[in-house]
Amino acid sequence: MTTDAVTRLDSASEAPRKVGIGLIMRRLLRDPVAVFSLIVLTLLLIALLAAGQVAPYDPLRQNLRLRNLPPGTPSVEEGGFPHILGTDELGRDLLSRLIHGARVSLAVGLGSALLSGTAGTALGILAGYYGGRLDDLIMRLVDLQMSFPFLLLALLVLYALGPGFLNVILVLALVRWMVYARVARGLTLAMRSSPFIDAARVTGNSDLRIIRRHLLPNLASPLVILFTLEIAALILGEAALSYLGFGVQKPEPSWGLMIEAGKSYVSTAWWLTTFPGLAIFLTALSLNLLAASLRAISDPVQRERWLNAGLRERP
Amino acid sequence: MLAYLARRLLQSVAVTFVVLSLVFVAGRILGDPVRLVVGIEASEERVQRVREQLNLNQPLGQQYANFIGDALSLQFGTSFWQKVPALPRVLERIPATLTLTAAALALALPLGITLGALSALRPWSRIDRVTNVISLGGVSIVEFWLALMLILIFPVRLGWFKTSGYGGIEYFVLPALTLCYKPLGRIAQITRSAMLDELAKPYVKAARARGLAERRVVFVHALKNAAVPVLTISGDELAALLNGAIIVETVFGWPGIGRLTIQALERRDLPMVEATVFVVAIFIIVTNLLVDMAYTWLNPRIRFSAAGDA
Repeated sequence: MTTDAVTRLDSASEAPRKVGIGLIMRRLLRDPVAVFSLIVLTLLLIALLAAGQVAPYDPLRQNLRLRNLPPGTPSVEEGGFPHILGTDELGRDLLSRLIHGARVSLAVGLGSALLSGTAGTALGILAGYYGGRLDDLIMRLVDLQMSFPFLLLALLVLYALGPGFLNVILVLALVRWMVYARVARGLTLAMRSSPFIDAARVTGNSDLRIIRRHLLPNLASPLVILFTLEIAALILGEAALSYLGFGVQKPEPSWGLMIEAGKSYVSTAWWLTTFPGLAIFLTALSLNLLAASLRAISDPVQRERWLNAGLRERP
Repeated sequence: MLAYLARRLLQSVAVTFVVLSLVFVAGRILGDPVRLVVGIEASEERVQRVREQLNLNQPLGQQYANFIGDALSLQFGTSFWQKVPALPRVLERIPATLTLTAAALALALPLGITLGALSALRPWSRIDRVTNVISLGGVSIVEFWLALMLILIFPVRLGWFKTSGYGGIEYFVLPALTLCYKPLGRIAQITRSAMLDELAKPYVKAARARGLAERRVVFVHALKNAAVPVLTISGDELAALLNGAIIVETVFGWPGIGRLTIQALERRDLPMVEATVFVVAIFIIVTNLLVDMAYTWLNPRIRFSAAGDA
């Protein structure tokens, strides 16, 4: 090959634009739906990191004289922050409890998603890469768990372990790992026999190195999308477990628990159930929307359309 | 075909076995079942008595063998809470759960398929966007909140329907509505993508070229093939539906298996817990077998290859 041909090949391969994090962020910020979800998630992140500083009141301080105050009631304290979202059945400021509840929800969602993501991905790759009996065994387990309601499974294990914050994280990870395993195995299986893996093997790379350097980077973007979706699912799961009384315990401000406590007042104090539920809904919705945007970014064909699109076209 | 079904049946037996073992592990190994039953404050003497009553002083292997043997002969012992054999109590609850889930599916399937098909016909149109919002809302909402919001609107504000209980149609509407929302969104989404795939295939073009009415092309030819992926995921969908049923039944006081499970767990009623999980597992296995049969019937490629495969 002449040097001339080489330079021409090189310049041709440079044609598609580089997609860096900067471009993606700029494009995300032009998309109103993505901006909405980023705002919600930023607020949640602030709540996670600095709930104590942001919340106007102590989420656990009760004052029975201030029970079930409607949203917008001014504070009884001189110059105190008004109860924008009202107070709950024990006179605690609802907004402060929501902010601290965000911390619980996010910590459980992130914690169990990380645990189940790591375990599930590892098992999925093992199953897909080595195949054979190991694959059979892992996938049978995946199918079994898939066909069984995960809430029932989680309840059973929590019944034995007892409720509580850490147990909820552990149990939710235990009942959702198979989602990652299924995806990771499918992708590994599709890639295992492709030329670049063969090439890596022929040049003497160890299995571990092939998995780490050649497989994982290719699995990253679908798994990140799945991770985002799973955080939403796990937050809903935590809320359900806490609502049923097997998750986070009183007086911790968990959103699910707050709805449970407010349900007896649904006809007299609607804000007790409405706002925590809205918080769950908006959080999960933002994560789902973000996952949709990420999916569009990670697919080269869709990405070009999405990057070039006017504001009207949604992926 | 028969060989295939026989193999599936064998798998189901294995699944039941695994589920039973899991219940055993959860109930007797992870936690001390006696302490779960009598509470932490109970005297040592009482603990000892209950332990003997429940045959829990035997070695674990012996207990496991007894447990599996009892389960196979459908003996789950006497409920601690209701003082009657547990299994019949669980079986009594099946119709309530069955009506509720069937009603939710009866609402979700036609609506979801129609919405999905319509949005596949006109991608990015208004109906497509509405469908997308509906399905995203479905995966982002918790059923107990949706239930409470419906209660807030209908019985509380408008005086329609009943908030909880079991009986006529006025008790039935809200639980069924709540339960149908999630599957509706997911079914719409899957139908949409399946229909988009099908509509791009040559046979659709051929059918159009032969001058078939568009309605027939879309709703008979394409939709029948799009039904296959919709059915494929219905096993996972059933699990999701039962998740929802546990919550919806609890919120509305609906006397189904889901509510019974929660009550049994709250009362630390081990025999009842074991019986409910067993019944749920059997329920899932039977339904999945039925779905499998429908699937083979719908998809000739499986129908003809399955026999040689097995």
